[in-house]
Amino acid sequence: MSHSAVMMKTQAERRAQARGRFNPARWGIYAFLLTAALFFLAPLYIMLVTSFKTMEEIRLGQLFALPMNATLEPWRAAWSEVCTGVSCEGISAGFWNSVAIVVPSTILPVLIGALNGYALSFWRPRGAHVLFGILMLGAFIPVQVMIYPLVKVMAAVGLYSSLPGIVAVHLIFSMPVMTLLFRNYYSAIPPELFKAARIDGGGFWRIFVQLMLPMSTPIIVVAAIMQVTGVWNDYILGLVFAGREHLPMTVQLNNVINTTTGERLYNVNMAATILTSMVPLLVYFVSGRWFVRGIAAGAVKG
Amino acid sequence: MSRKNRSSNRTSRLRGLTPWAALLPMAFTVLLGYLGAVLWTLRVSLSSSRTFPKDDFVGLAQFERLFGNERWLLSLENLAVYGLLFIGACMVIGFLLAVFIDQKVRGEGLLRTIFLYPYAMSFVATGLVWQWVLNPTDGIQQAVRQMGFENFTFDWIIDQDMVIYTVVIASVWQASGLVMALLLAGLRGIDEDIWKAARIDGIKPWRVYLSIVLPMLGASFATVFVLLFTAAVKVFDAVAAMTQGGPGTASDVPAKFIMDHLFGRANVALASAGAIVLLLTVLALVAPFFYARSRKAAKGKGA
Repeated sequence: MSHSAVMMKTQAERRAQARGRFNPARWGIYAFLLTAALFFLAPLYIMLVTSFKTMEEIRLGQLFALPMNATLEPWRAAWSEVCTGVSCEGISAGFWNSVAIVVPSTILPVLIGALNGYALSFWRPRGAHVLFGILMLGAFIPVQVMIYPLVKVMAAVGLYSSLPGIVAVHLIFSMPVMTLLFRNYYSAIPPELFKAARIDGGGFWRIFVQLMLPMSTPIIVVAAIMQVTGVWNDYILGLVFAGREHLPMTVQLNNVINTTTGERLYNVNMAATILTSMVPLLVYFVSGRWFVRGIAAGAVKG
Repeated sequence: MSRKNRSSNRTSRLRGLTPWAALLPMAFTVLLGYLGAVLWTLRVSLSSSRTFPKDDFVGLAQFERLFGNERWLLSLENLAVYGLLFIGACMVIGFLLAVFIDQKVRGEGLLRTIFLYPYAMSFVATGLVWQWVLNPTDGIQQAVRQMGFENFTFDWIIDQDMVIYTVVIASVWQASGLVMALLLAGLRGIDEDIWKAARIDGIKPWRVYLSIVLPMLGASFATVFVLLFTAAVKVFDAVAAMTQGGPGTASDVPAKFIMDHLFGRANVALASAGAIVLLLTVLALVAPFFYARSRKAAKGKGA
């Protein structure tokens, strides 16, 4: 048995080696992948070189050329000088607004999602599955359908254009996917574990806090990654619900680029765009595998 | 299982309140947030509200006005063009990337990272980058002209007839890595024995991909389709950032039409009618998908 397994392995290795040898088909594969990689990398490259150029150089129209006299000035201007429609303090104000929105809009939805998933998987209160079904359908409702009523409700309770208001809106819109992530994770845990904890006298909250949450680290990481990138990249909700004082970075970025009059400072614009994309890109490059796992877990079982 | 526990129901009834209490935020969100908001919007769409809500009832008059509105019809047409091309191109490119990456190539990890990173960027940033790359004065058109091709023209972004295709390009760049990631996961889940069997039968690899692997990826494709479709219907950020619906209203999309009429033009009832149309479009496509899936799940449990 083990002998044939070894045989199989060496055979597979040999095949892999054979495939690795040069032949026209292999060249074709690499040519395609390389071309595709260039297409995907080009905008990032253009953004980067543009952000280090002076405006005189940009007017030469050499989009792909490296900067002749690289300057950090556009980055400084983007961060602390550029006008965002409200004031001219740079995109940094938006950065801190986004941080203030993202932190509670990650912690709360992840916690509530975990709680929902736990209650739905182990306690199964009667009728809850109907609610869950509607919640899953809710994930597909276009935001535009809910915006007007939500504005009215938020205004009525005094949360419109406030930090708690935008956090509440993020909580509502992220609840389907957060709940789904945790429900699927918990339904893969053997029910015997839960039953044993019940027999030992554990109550609803004690089992949740002391048993389930500590076991949930992987899915908490996945959920948090999804929330951080999702909320950071949000535009429409921040635009409508955050209010002038708390406009997130994406909204301010769009204001910088699309509402300024006079000559467009493309170098500053590109620096601001990179700065705005920095957080989700960092999360992506650092978390890699986990980021993909989040997409798969949230999508495939959806 | 619930039937067995019925004897202990009385004791558990009190305890049963705690899970419900814990689910209160969810119940609140579902009933007031989702159901309530949809019904409210439906009600508004049947009234003649403009800036301020009115309680009158005008039947389907708003829907009639909506479908007599040139800008709305144009935005629907744009959505159809955008949706078809965006979904189609993402699927084809994503599938090709997944298949080619699956050929035990070198640097697989690096390639995957490169193909997927745009998905980590916001639609706003995506739209702004492509606005810069495609602008005719200093962008690609000018760069190619400098290389000696002086008559080269690529000014779709300022061309009323072509502008929607630039939004497609930017969106495909952003999302086809996602399709690759999901399909690659599907490919890796397929039994290796298929390849042995196909080799013994002397079937060419591309035939295996087309006739065997592609159908086996049906579930993955369905998921991808639903994801892309909902993204397409919602498209707003990318257009707002890249073209602001312009030139003129040439790249307008329903989501933007609705936002403009809600806030800029203060025609709440018309906007709500548009939102309901959007919702019905999504439901018409997602409901069968959900139904098929729940049928399948029910069958799986029964067996």
